[in-house]
Amino acid sequence: MSRLAAKFAELSKTGRKALIPFVSAGDPNPDFTVPMLHAMVGAGADIIELGVPFSDPMADGPVIQRASERALSHKMSLRKVLQLVAQFRAQDPDTPLVLMGYLNPIEAMGYEAFANAAQRVEVDGVLTVDMPPEEAAEYVDLLKARDIDPIFLLAPNSEEQRIRHVNDVASGYLYYVSIKGVTGAGHLDTADVKTKLQQIRSCTDLPLAVGFGIKDAETAKTIARIGDGVVVGSALIDRIEANLDDPDAAREEIVSLLQSMRSAMDN
Amino acid sequence: MTEKYDFSKPYAMPDERGHFGPYGGGYVAETLMLPIRELDAAYKRYLQDDEFLAELDADMQHYVGRPSPLYHAERWSRELGGAQIWLKREDLNHTGAHKINNTIGQALLAKRMGKKRIIAETGAGQHGVATATVAARLGLECVAYMGAVDVERQALNVYRMRLLGAEVVAVESGSRTLKDALNEALRDWVTNVDDTFYIIGTVAGPHPYPAMVRDFQAIIGRETRQQLQDRQGRLPDALVACVGGGSNAIGLYYPFIDDQGVAMYGVEAAGDGLQTGHHSAPLCAGRPGVLHGNRTYLMEDEDGEIIETHSISAGLDYPGVGPEHAWLKDMGRVDYVSITDDEALQGFHALTRMEGIIPALESSHALAYTMKLAPTMSKDQILVVNLSGRGDKDMHTIAQREGLKF
Repeated sequence: MSRLAAKFAELSKTGRKALIPFVSAGDPNPDFTVPMLHAMVGAGADIIELGVPFSDPMADGPVIQRASERALSHKMSLRKVLQLVAQFRAQDPDTPLVLMGYLNPIEAMGYEAFANAAQRVEVDGVLTVDMPPEEAAEYVDLLKARDIDPIFLLAPNSEEQRIRHVNDVASGYLYYVSIKGVTGAGHLDTADVKTKLQQIRSCTDLPLAVGFGIKDAETAKTIARIGDGVVVGSALIDRIEANLDDPDAAREEIVSLLQSMRSAMDN
Repeated sequence: MTEKYDFSKPYAMPDERGHFGPYGGGYVAETLMLPIRELDAAYKRYLQDDEFLAELDADMQHYVGRPSPLYHAERWSRELGGAQIWLKREDLNHTGAHKINNTIGQALLAKRMGKKRIIAETGAGQHGVATATVAARLGLECVAYMGAVDVERQALNVYRMRLLGAEVVAVESGSRTLKDALNEALRDWVTNVDDTFYIIGTVAGPHPYPAMVRDFQAIIGRETRQQLQDRQGRLPDALVACVGGGSNAIGLYYPFIDDQGVAMYGVEAAGDGLQTGHHSAPLCAGRPGVLHGNRTYLMEDEDGEIIETHSISAGLDYPGVGPEHAWLKDMGRVDYVSITDDEALQGFHALTRMEGIIPALESSHALAYTMKLAPTMSKDQILVVNLSGRGDKDMHTIAQREGLKF
């Protein structure tokens, strides 16, 4: 059983939902990232989504765009992200870690070389925003052969036939994009999310993580009632951006936001 | 590179899901999967629809001014001493370039699909102007995304778009040029997907855009074929066109792809020279990757990050190229070559002085290559060069380059 499947099974037994924080690797600098990941686990994160910076993050709003730009200004790259994962794993053999990014850095490395490298540093899942299931046959086979879960997105306008198709190729969990828009956009509508999740559940047994537009403990609590996992990204990166000259303060504020989400979700 | 173009089979690209061999495809985030499928269905339906095609033809004739002339540049041909040079005068279209062939077609589709709002990306501003033009005519809301750097260097076109009623958004992210404008347009589309139609300006983006834009631009090649047949009773020996995204080039080539005797040349922007790294020539000096929804040749670093491009011509200043060009390159059907900024300026001046036609800097790349190619051909051969746009928009750039101030 993969680390992701084991984690969701364990959570399900205790009736808890997964808290899944996202940060961009190398933002605001490469030294910040690994201690931040450990601190997020300490604050109650169940799964880490680690962003791989890309020069052209088409699905991201301004907050994550700027995070990518800061990371790239420190020459962050897919290779270096994998090194950061290895450093994280040296001290944390348990927490599932998912890489989230765009296809071209993986294309440049080569699918097989990437899958091998990701397996070596014990990446648990890969979510490539601009890789739809239609184009993903080789990529999915290479990842699955190495026990890495290929994670795919679903959106408010994903139709039932398509949800079934995505379910056929995905493993680990499905990431439901709660709004039509980019990361960090406006507030999601809980009723809409609830209706859509019911439709998705009728087509899949995979856990459903919900992201885009979750900014505070209140929303996290609401989403935790209807989904299996809560993804929070831009709201954390906001804290990094507000404290660019004080990384310790950024870390503390992120920990505090995650703790408040954890506590709201569990109670 | 091992495969060779097989003339024994009729050309039939792309496949059902938009692949040109390993290139093309639909690499977009989930929220855009439904709209690109809907667009594909509409495009396939209306390109078989007599009423739609009649409206398109009427607009092409009475609004755009088609057919555009095919002009025999006799004086320039004599001067160069080789092939007879014929210019396909897309510069004489309404709005001054080939771009409107595509925006008319897509805007008519938008209308059929009930979309009220049009968005577009633009580099030099030609596609933005062509989009704002058709949006004004159809009474559609129009937002044009333009890199902040381009907004500054193409102020005249920005003003044109605003006069036409479009909102021009200066994009401040990334390198603040055309690729970032495309990113921002995609972000807008994903946010406003229900009521918005995205008019992409070139043969790039996810399927069906590369095929659809080609089909709207193929009128260039169809007319060329007919005009040359009427006046010379034969096919051309060579076709030359500049390639940024590559829509004017594909439009000229497409009706001739199965004609073995017609050589084709695509001219990329070598900027300061390919060896300097300051250029916009992914086919000549890049490698395959995935950007903006399709797999194609890209300008990227070893980690797969897209690198900044350079060309004197804003319309060629893009790190990717249409996926069909990637395929035609690998198959050896089209020769892709490059022309530096300095050479393009020579082409610009040559046509201006020899024929009294002031070309766009983009088209000047094709003209500069024509100056190299024509003398290697015989006087009874025919070379058609696509004069894709007029040069009015470039006066400022050229004057500045030559140390003049207005």
